[in-house]
Amino acid sequence: MSNEIRIINGIVFDPTNDIEGKISEIYIRDGKIVSEVSKSAKVIDAKGMAVMPGGVDIHCHITGPKVNLARKLMPEDHRLDPHFKTPNTQSGSGGIVPSTFATGYRYATLGYTTAMEAAVPPLTARHALEEMYDTPIIDNGFYVLLGNNLFLQSLIAEGRYEEFKEAVAWWLNATKAYTVKLVNPGGDEPWKGHKNLNVKDIDEDSKATDIAPRKVIEAFIDALHELGTPHPPHIHCNNLGHSGNFDTTLETMKTAGDRRLHIAHIQFNSYGGELGKSPKSASKEITDYVNDHENITCDVGQVMFGKAMFMTADAPLTYLLRGYKPQKWVNADTECESGCGILPFDYQGMIYTHAIQWAIGLEIFLLSKDPWRIVLSTDHPNGGSFMNYPMVIKLLMDYEFRKEAMKHLNQKAMNSTILGELKREYTLNEICIITRAGPAKCLGLKNKGHLGIGADADITIYDMLDDKEEMFNAPRYVIKAGMLLIENHEFVSDYTDKKVLRVAPDYDKDIEKVIKPFFDDFYSVSFRNYPIQDDYLHGHGVVIDSYKKKSIHEN
Amino acid sequence: MSAVSKDNTIVNEKIVENATCTFCGCCCDDITLTVDMDKKVVTKAKDACVLGKSWFLNHVIEDKPIARIAGKEVPLDDAIDEAAKILIEAKFPILYGMSDTICEAQRQCAPIMDDCLGTIDTTTSVCHGPSGMAFQGVGEPSMTLGEVKNRADFVMYWGGNPAEAHPRHFARYAVTPEGMFTPNGKDDRTVVICDVRHTKTAGVADIFLQVKPGKDFELLWMLRAACKGVEIPDNCKEICGIDKETVVDLFEKMKNCTYGVIFFGMGLTMSRGRHFNSGALMALATDLNEFTHFVAKPARGHGNVTGADNVVAWQTGYPFGVNFSRGHPRFNPGEFTTVDTLTRGEADAALIIASDPVANFPKPAIDHITSDKCKLISIDTKNTPTSEAAHVSIQTSTYGINTGGTVYRMDDVPISLRPAFDSPFPSDLEVLTKLRKKVNKLAKELNRPYATKKYI
Repeated sequence: MSNEIRIINGIVFDPTNDIEGKISEIYIRDGKIVSEVSKSAKVIDAKGMAVMPGGVDIHCHITGPKVNLARKLMPEDHRLDPHFKTPNTQSGSGGIVPSTFATGYRYATLGYTTAMEAAVPPLTARHALEEMYDTPIIDNGFYVLLGNNLFLQSLIAEGRYEEFKEAVAWWLNATKAYTVKLVNPGGDEPWKGHKNLNVKDIDEDSKATDIAPRKVIEAFIDALHELGTPHPPHIHCNNLGHSGNFDTTLETMKTAGDRRLHIAHIQFNSYGGELGKSPKSASKEITDYVNDHENITCDVGQVMFGKAMFMTADAPLTYLLRGYKPQKWVNADTECESGCGILPFDYQGMIYTHAIQWAIGLEIFLLSKDPWRIVLSTDHPNGGSFMNYPMVIKLLMDYEFRKEAMKHLNQKAMNSTILGELKREYTLNEICIITRAGPAKCLGLKNKGHLGIGADADITIYDMLDDKEEMFNAPRYVIKAGMLLIENHEFVSDYTDKKVLRVAPDYDKDIEKVIKPFFDDFYSVSFRNYPIQDDYLHGHGVVIDSYKKKSIHEN
Repeated sequence: MSAVSKDNTIVNEKIVENATCTFCGCCCDDITLTVDMDKKVVTKAKDACVLGKSWFLNHVIEDKPIARIAGKEVPLDDAIDEAAKILIEAKFPILYGMSDTICEAQRQCAPIMDDCLGTIDTTTSVCHGPSGMAFQGVGEPSMTLGEVKNRADFVMYWGGNPAEAHPRHFARYAVTPEGMFTPNGKDDRTVVICDVRHTKTAGVADIFLQVKPGKDFELLWMLRAACKGVEIPDNCKEICGIDKETVVDLFEKMKNCTYGVIFFGMGLTMSRGRHFNSGALMALATDLNEFTHFVAKPARGHGNVTGADNVVAWQTGYPFGVNFSRGHPRFNPGEFTTVDTLTRGEADAALIIASDPVANFPKPAIDHITSDKCKLISIDTKNTPTSEAAHVSIQTSTYGINTGGTVYRMDDVPISLRPAFDSPFPSDLEVLTKLRKKVNKLAKELNRPYATKKYI
């Protein structure tokens, strides 16, 4: 079979290369986009279809220990949504937390070809890598949880900044991660060690380590800035989900100064109102700051009605939410590093809080001025399944549809939002930015999210339909690394040669001597057995370059 | 590395540091092995417990054929071809075992059964399966073992005997180690044992509770009620065999600790009540979080049974007892668990990996699996009654001693193995990968019409 493909007559959207809806040809050879192919190339006639780069999900929870706990927790949900075997693909279970095979295939059927797992504790990162190898088609990477790492916090508290930076680099290398994830920094210690408390303020000293969350955030922003990782720290702010938390979010963004920072699922951090009472929208305050500061990128974490699953390293939050509707709940403490809470959830349109969350997410999309710095996500499965993406796209592209949807939701919430006044409708090009080109740029993935020469040949071809939900729900063709996987909506092949994206910043090997004594005392695995061997990448690891910068702490 | 032995002969010796013992679910990864590379034996296993020493030191490379069909030696590929043919032609093939092999090998298993439209089940169904079912019902507050070492000031074992089943559990993780917030080791902890009899484990207890056999649920439910403010009944002793004052005192200790943990064993899951018992315990641990930080964890047995649960769960959505006959995974313990499919005489082919049902299962199940009605295929590291009864028998190398790979400790922490020496036998991974490919090829040739309609 020829490994060359020529896509003709398609309406090409490639915002990175300033191509918006132009009819042109795309050539593919050996998994890359090239300038020409031979005459024997397979021809795909994309007449009347939109040709876009494969989607890039910057923030989702699809592999790793907590995901698997949530999977085990929901047999009743899998049962309602079986994923059938086909001659070319394997079977699986769907629902809000699908099995690995189903996850890969379902992302592909939306036209997504890359998805980043947003939170993995270092100790169990092997698990995440193993699951990635069983998640077909989509390229993955993961963000490693270091924000509540007791050893790193102690280095910050003692002002040992250079060692801290080296240790962060060591951890990124040891776990094969893509960047650092900070989740409710400083919040684990009060939770685990002080009878289920939480940290309430960004400047409050966490009881165990005598260090305020702001200090932790600052140190990581500095360290990754200097290490020059392609993506900055990915932060789940303190007070997430609490009314009145937008102040904390603004303070967190201010902490970054002019250095880069990614705010994850920012919708959950944009609430006004008083603590303990119903939230109000603070989307304006948040988007104003984001619009004015080019160093900030974010993903929205749109809430969609229906089933969801809280699955987060923010354990105290999950326990708090369980208080509203007691039901099965999982907590998973990871020694010295992290916590985790899991709770099945339903977002209901008639409930004020849920409806206002939905509206806040859409307001953020519509108020933001730079689509390159705002990424479409539902924080799958926290705000709803990634299978909702086509619906989110329709909501963004269709004002009338939005108005109609608002009629069926809690009216008190709808009356308190400015959503009805926002007449903006996203264009196809803007959708292409927030689902592909933008996240690829935020992640520093130079070969993804665009269709220029040399890019990975991850391409999705959609029928141009008026109903945008329908359009984005079922691409006619999906090409992954130059291989045609979906043809006329059906899988024609499986693809297991997917890649694991990671960073490998340089570090001083002597840092191991500083870290090891802590391990010997407080971990339950041997120091030697902790770093992950290259075998776990199965030869599919791709290192995205870091560019080391001069230390800002040097004179 | 060479060394001189006692009788002054040069021995080709190798030291393996930080090796992991895969005998039990503790998966201790701090063992130093001394290996005689000429004789291919482990001569010393420093820091291993009595079970671990026995696991490492008794392992010898046996002089046996790699593959046999009907007792006759055959090339490995022939045995794999035969096994694939049996599985794909069977009407109700089952795959069982997997808890004593690496995750990489386990990952091949569900796809094999997916292609054969068969049933996959692990040894979980006969040990902590009820805990898995309870988990689905009530969830579980849990932790990694290092948290217990660093923080736990209240440690309880319920229905288990770690002193004999997990000998290093006390010293490495839960009772004596000096952790970050437990600098004085055992002095900083209250250790409670609850069991129906005074086992060796009871010796370490500060408080030993001898519960009436079959009355664990009642005691657990009383404690749950106490969490909600209900008084412990006066006839407590009559109900569960423990007097009221002791139970009240226990409840106060649970409530007032800083970090409490309960480990539970098969005394709960394999006695009357099963998943109700483990569910009650997990729910109790959840309830106690109203007062303090409290967690619970099943103390899993086999070296990688936790891995088997994880792998089957991430591939199918369910931890054990999964059937693919309708073209997608279905979970129903009691219907698709191995003892049941065998006892009812349903399975007509069985692929048994790293376990020994012929020695351990109830008699009707053994009668069926060894009869003509069920073609038996065995992949195991040693001769067992199952491998001897099998039509196709493949001998593989031993994980953790001869082959590397990943195992999951009882607290879901993945650990990489450091093998000591090579084996002439192929690894489980190699055999199962070949089998998966072969089965997949045969399935494609069959070109079965897969279901396209939902049957719910």
